[in-house]
Amino acid sequence: MTSPLQQKIKITGPSVVTANRTFDGVVIYRTADRGWSTELANAAIVREAEPARALLAASVADDVGAVGAYIAPVKIDDTGAVVPGNLREQIRRSGVTIALPAHA
Amino acid sequence: MYAYDEIDQTLVDERVAEFRDQVQRRLSGELTEDEFKPLRLMNGVYLQLHAYMFRVAIPYGTLSSAQLRKLAHVARKYDRGYGHFTTRQNIQFNWIALKDLPDALADLAEVGIHAMQTSGNCTRNVTADQWGGVAPDEVEDPRVWAEILRQHTALHPEFSFLPRKFKFAITASDHDRAAIKVHDIGLRLIRNEQGETGFEVLVGGGLGRSPFIGKSIKPFVRGRDILSYVEAILRVYNQYGRRDNIYKARIKILVHELGIEKFAAEVEQAWQEVAEGPLTLDDEMIEDIRSRFVYPAYEKLPAMPDELRAAAGDARFEAWRRNSVAPHREPGYAIVTLSLKPVGGPPGDATADQIDAIADLADKYSFGEIRVGHEQNLALPHVARRDLPALWAALDALGVATPNVNLVSDIIACPGLDYCSLANARSIPIAQELTRRFANHETANLIGRLHVNISGCINACGHHHVGHIGILGVEKNDQEFYQITIGGRADEDARVGDLIGPAVPYAEVADVVEDIVEAYLALREKPEELFVDTVKRIGVEPFKERVYATR
Ligand code: HEM
Ligand code: SF4
Repeated sequence: MTSPLQQKIKITGPSVVTANRTFDGVVIYRTADRGWSTELANAAIVREAEPARALLAASVADDVGAVGAYIAPVKIDDTGAVVPGNLREQIRRSGVTIALPAHA
Repeated sequence: MYAYDEIDQTLVDERVAEFRDQVQRRLSGELTEDEFKPLRLMNGVYLQLHAYMFRVAIPYGTLSSAQLRKLAHVARKYDRGYGHFTTRQNIQFNWIALKDLPDALADLAEVGIHAMQTSGNCTRNVTADQWGGVAPDEVEDPRVWAEILRQHTALHPEFSFLPRKFKFAITASDHDRAAIKVHDIGLRLIRNEQGETGFEVLVGGGLGRSPFIGKSIKPFVRGRDILSYVEAILRVYNQYGRRDNIYKARIKILVHELGIEKFAAEVEQAWQEVAEGPLTLDDEMIEDIRSRFVYPAYEKLPAMPDELRAAAGDARFEAWRRNSVAPHREPGYAIVTLSLKPVGGPPGDATADQIDAIADLADKYSFGEIRVGHEQNLALPHVARRDLPALWAALDALGVATPNVNLVSDIIACPGLDYCSLANARSIPIAQELTRRFANHETANLIGRLHVNISGCINACGHHHVGHIGILGVEKNDQEFYQITIGGRADEDARVGDLIGPAVPYAEVADVVEDIVEAYLALREKPEELFVDTVKRIGVEPFKERVYATR
């Protein structure tokens, strides 16, 4: 398997590094202080390929804490808040777009 | 039901202990994810968008009520209170924590359930007609043979590191309820003129990126030779199968590239080496497996009991009975399909409470046995016909008596972008919207048998290629789009559907499906002409015109 670090990093706008927490699979975001947060608001934002690569490299190095780290697009909305940059990331942050069966 | 022996149980228990150790070493950092991934996959653990997903095998779709209750327990204790029945006679739990997986596996092992063969490049869970052993039209119980194959292939060193995953399906009836033509090896149990049972063997079917309908490689292989013959096929595959290119690694590509005649000749030659060897089954062994399938002590009961006659006046009961109750080989009994496709619900999902209640109903009305079919529905295989009204009332209260089995809202759908990390687009909300559009039973009944299948990407987990109407999610500029095919089918006349035009955006899919159905109602020759038959007769053009004329 190609490591994410060997892939070409192309960045078209603000981005974050995201992964799943090894322990329980929960979606997490890389923070500026080299930790992880479950809140997108706490994620470190990168806007260029080099810092993105560095952030990803540091994230991948934390093999015990996180799995499957990659760079994901985000947007800054009108209020200045960081929001997911596409539907996939929105679903990862907010959960499924449907009611879970128990609530149906 | 099949009674497992101690060898199976020991194997299952050992696997749990092994995995517990592996998980512990992963969590402590002793194993890297690269080292751990193949190990977790061998135990049915995937990483999806939001969480780990745990896939549990239900060999040939047969479960006891005790096993079913244990699945409910896993859903409740370790997950979010529900499970998802898939198209491969598996159940998936979507939100399970890695730390809890060894416990979940250990709990399941108590009732002989495991997650082996649910992932990886091995021979996957062997599937079979969910009506095995009870269908009136079958040659004999296909599950006996599925079990023989399961025992032979499970953890078989030669079949555990194949070029790609490998799927078997078995049917024993002319009417194929196991979709054998879209499996790597499809087996149809038949009886020859001498009265011997054996198999027509099909090979090279499959869906995914390049769909193929399986081709008949041999019209008759005797039952006693089936393992050696299958072994020969797998040897040829193992030898020639492409390991360099994941997209070309499935046996369907090999069969397609070599041609079925050449492939068959290779297999025939390989078979010479193994036929009449230790893989030949003796009658005693077959009988031993057969004897482990225990059938209930059926009573002689009337086919038309008073209870049924009395209920016939109830229109809701009748609407349900017409689609959900199938004939049984014992005249006083019936096979009852439980719809896991409620209006507005995700196809194939069931809550822990529903699962427990279904287990209770199975005890009360079906000798404690439950079946899981590839359409993502459940069945109770041995219901006395006199109990049908009472059972219906109970199922109705549980929400699993939607009278839509085989109708337009009995949709097969993969998890799509709501869960799956490979997805391009969502599947479940499309299915939900369609079930709302076609919620009117009268209309659905008027339309008749119509299978809508939805996949969120080209991997085709929702069997979209072989849906009468197939819906495939694709991505365009970060937006969800859907390609629509019509005329596919997964039965004995299996074929891949034809594209009717350019992909449509998310918001239009349900409208397009409605347009297609309306076109069909206008174009069919008579009400008995099924949707697929109309498409077969007139082709896709008339549909294309109607659907795209206004778009
Ligand atoms: C984590 C979730 C899943 C992943 C990662 C996954 C992955 C895949 C992949 C990669 C393929 C393509 C196989 C190939 O072309 O060789 C595939 C095919 C398939 N999957 Fe899934 N799948 C998932 C969930 C499901 C579910 C929920 C179902 C049933 C509802 C399912 C049933 C199937 C079936 C029937 C095929 C067709 C295979 C064939 O005939 O070639 N899968 N899956
Ligand atoms: S078809 Fe694609 S989106 Fe759907 S479950 Fe399979 S891999 Fe995921």
